[in-house]
Amino acid sequence: MQTDLSVINVTKTFKDFTAVESVSFDVEKGRFFSILGPSGCGKTTLLRMISGFFEPTSGVIEINGKNMAGIPPNKRPVNLIFQNLALFPMMNVGQNIAFGLERKKEKRVVIRRKTAEILERVGLPGFEKKKVDQLSGGQRQRVAIARSLILEPAVLLLDEPLGALDLKLREQMKIELKTLQTQVGTTFVYITHDQSEALVMSDHVAVMNKGRFEQVDTPRNLYSKPLTPFVARFVGENNQWPARMTGINTIDGGKQASITTSEGLAFKAVMKAGIDPGEAVDLFLRPESIVLEPDPSIKTLNRFSIRVQSILFDGANSRLLALLPESGREIQISLPQTRQFDHIQPGSKVEAGWAPESGILFPAKPVTP
Amino acid sequence: MIRNIPQAKTYSQGFKLYVGLYFVFLFAPLLVTCVLAFNDSMFPSLPWNGFTLDWFWGNGPVKTGIFHDRINLDSIWVSFKVAFFVSLSSTFVGTMAAFLFEQEDFPFKQLLFFLMLAPLVIPGVILGISILLFSNTLGVFFETRMGLDVGLFRPGFWLVVLGQFSFITTIATLIVSARLKKFDPTLEEAAMNLGATRFETILHITLKFLRPSIIGALAVSFLMSFENFNTTLFLVSSQATLPINLYLQVRDGSTPVINAISVLMIGGTSVLALANLYFSKPDR
Amino acid sequence: MNKGMRWGLLIFILPVLVWLLLLIVLPQVDMAVMAIRADNEWGEKGFSLANFRVFFSEPIYWRTFARTAVFSVLVTFLTFLITMPVAFYITKVVSSRFQGFLTVLTLLPFWVSELVRVYGWMILLRESGVINHFLIKSGILNKPVELLYNDATMVMGLVYTSMLFMLVPLLSVLENLDNNLIEAAYDLGGNVWSITTKIIIPYCLPGIVSGSIVVFMLTLGNYLTPNLMGGKNGLWFTEQIYNQFIASFNWNQGSAFGFLLLILSSAIIWIGLKLTHQSLGKVVQ
Repeated sequence: MQTDLSVINVTKTFKDFTAVESVSFDVEKGRFFSILGPSGCGKTTLLRMISGFFEPTSGVIEINGKNMAGIPPNKRPVNLIFQNLALFPMMNVGQNIAFGLERKKEKRVVIRRKTAEILERVGLPGFEKKKVDQLSGGQRQRVAIARSLILEPAVLLLDEPLGALDLKLREQMKIELKTLQTQVGTTFVYITHDQSEALVMSDHVAVMNKGRFEQVDTPRNLYSKPLTPFVARFVGENNQWPARMTGINTIDGGKQASITTSEGLAFKAVMKAGIDPGEAVDLFLRPESIVLEPDPSIKTLNRFSIRVQSILFDGANSRLLALLPESGREIQISLPQTRQFDHIQPGSKVEAGWAPESGILFPAKPVTP
Repeated sequence: MIRNIPQAKTYSQGFKLYVGLYFVFLFAPLLVTCVLAFNDSMFPSLPWNGFTLDWFWGNGPVKTGIFHDRINLDSIWVSFKVAFFVSLSSTFVGTMAAFLFEQEDFPFKQLLFFLMLAPLVIPGVILGISILLFSNTLGVFFETRMGLDVGLFRPGFWLVVLGQFSFITTIATLIVSARLKKFDPTLEEAAMNLGATRFETILHITLKFLRPSIIGALAVSFLMSFENFNTTLFLVSSQATLPINLYLQVRDGSTPVINAISVLMIGGTSVLALANLYFSKPDR
Repeated sequence: MNKGMRWGLLIFILPVLVWLLLLIVLPQVDMAVMAIRADNEWGEKGFSLANFRVFFSEPIYWRTFARTAVFSVLVTFLTFLITMPVAFYITKVVSSRFQGFLTVLTLLPFWVSELVRVYGWMILLRESGVINHFLIKSGILNKPVELLYNDATMVMGLVYTSMLFMLVPLLSVLENLDNNLIEAAYDLGGNVWSITTKIIIPYCLPGIVSGSIVVFMLTLGNYLTPNLMGGKNGLWFTEQIYNQFIASFNWNQGSAFGFLLLILSSAIIWIGLKLTHQSLGKVVQ
């Protein structure tokens, strides 16, 4: 597999602030790669270094195996879709799309043919004469992508292009973008703070925090096997529950940890290397891993009881906001809309349980004395 | 109080009356000037002696209309030439300055910015005399040290152009800057990202975006130059501009030919001002 | 960022530097130098504060100076009083259909040369003028009265000339004033007076200050209006400067006067900015 983009140990500092700290990754040809992180984590800085608007303080960026140091943005084989799209308001759709080819002094007939082709491809045939401000949000999106794709870049960089769209359109564009990327086969590097965008579209996702990569993995692994507490918290919902490791037992050849939560509830969880008995841990438990009113016959489940505080109805995403009677700790639990749990009301006392495989342990952050 | 708050009748009627009176105050002198341009009288005053176009087309010996008035026509032509050069050069340098202050970064930028604003707080008369003094100093220097007699340093056409340029450029800078501030810099980045050089970016993207404000700056500087009196007063030689020439006639009293000139100026400036307003609408 | 950018800077900065240095800085320096030079006992030019001594020892000079300053402040204040309600009416009261039209209508007369406007007032007000004509015809007067050439007329003329420069910034700040603020104040029990003084004026302060600076500066430096409309014995300081330069040909004295006028305008603008806690850079925006 050919590598289109290599970022090797790249660091960027502004005065005394380090925006990006020794980040490395490779993107293979034709992949959809996302960088996911909260705002201010340095992902835009990273993107601007790849597109050439910033020079890295140290480290190397290679595109198609060629070192990009000192090459200005207008000479790089990458194109950027800006957050606000940056469509030229003084030009119509056709002129916008033709802009890059005109700079390459391409022949007029070729430009016209290619413009028509690319508009066809993004589903806007015959839109050349339309003014930019006549377009809908989704159409603007597609024009911006067409404007870049017509230059056949090695890598297309996208800087949260869906951020300005409303929810419905965003959902639709997610699918459209993924389809388009599969069709054209161009390598996409997509940055976003929206985990659902990253998870739905990407082949690989890098989770970025405070200028560093926390984990680079497939969406499924990020969700089910987070490597750091940050990833566990940031990707998907999670209940974080402080506890203490009390012992290790061996079951069916695997190792299992016994833990006691700060309320004194004893649970079993999958073992995590590097934690010794007696150490403080954080248990991460997804809302959908907690089963309400579990079948009493299943022996392996961890069980506890909760008091329902309120019901957060949100269709298929509905939740219970529950309190532990022992400590008043708040826990979110998925509430499947199968009518089976219709009797649960605020104030009800309910049994809950979770399988030891679905809880993840991390060493608790050392408390600074 | 404001349009969507109901208000007492006396209050809103009183307000209307005030604004009405303001508009009377605003237009009375212009209206009277225009009307009296068509009065068949030797003086720009009432009583009304009947309608005439003599103050436009009359060809002596009693009434010489503006179109046969050599001196006034000459001064209009001089003003046109001055305004032409001033508007072009001021807008050109003003656009440069707008780019400089909005897009570039350099040491002492703030100081230079305040210097650029200085012509706004220096009275026009002072600008006029200081440029007169300085050009005289330069003239003397070139003559005594090098034996060169440089005509540019004596009061005259080009010194008037320079004097007006010195402060009209500030206005042009502010007009262009105001629009450049609204420019989305990602548009330039997008253009570069699509392969344009810095020069191509400015040509195809930034200047196109600025076009309404550049037209506006041209129109405003043309008008300001055409009408300037204070600065010009000290720099002018025998080739008087229209305002200088009119001033002498207004002060010493003259026939309604001044009214005729005023009608032309009011008409001309209104057309230019309205055209400017129309063309500089950004969403055109 | 890279080499292209540096070239851009050089291209942009050169004409600007030439402009500001040759036409603003050096002429002002030259004027300052001229002002502190005068003939000594042997008839040679040398450093001397004689020009300034003349200014303070001749009452006609410093009285004109003080008079110009006081009248300019008065004109600035009157201009604000007259234009503020108009600006408010156009932006907030009149139905929004007429707003654009009225804005254009208020600004249009100011595109016309100041000379033409002053001339219009002259043929209205003078002894043989239009107003006298109507007053006599209607029998209110039996003998024409000279309405021109007094301080009141001059102040009116200066206010008339300056209104635009107050209106434009006022219109733009009022345009940005959210109607909800006024509605909220009204809802909370405010009346016209309290809303005007507590909400509108404080909000518009930047616009008022920038308008006042420009009006003050233009009034102080005006030559035409005081010259053509003012009384023969009530000189304006710019006329003194003109006399020194053109009539007496005493350039050193004229420079000293020019220098004093520049100091006066800078000082009053500075005080105005300090009193209202504004800065020049902010006000110009």
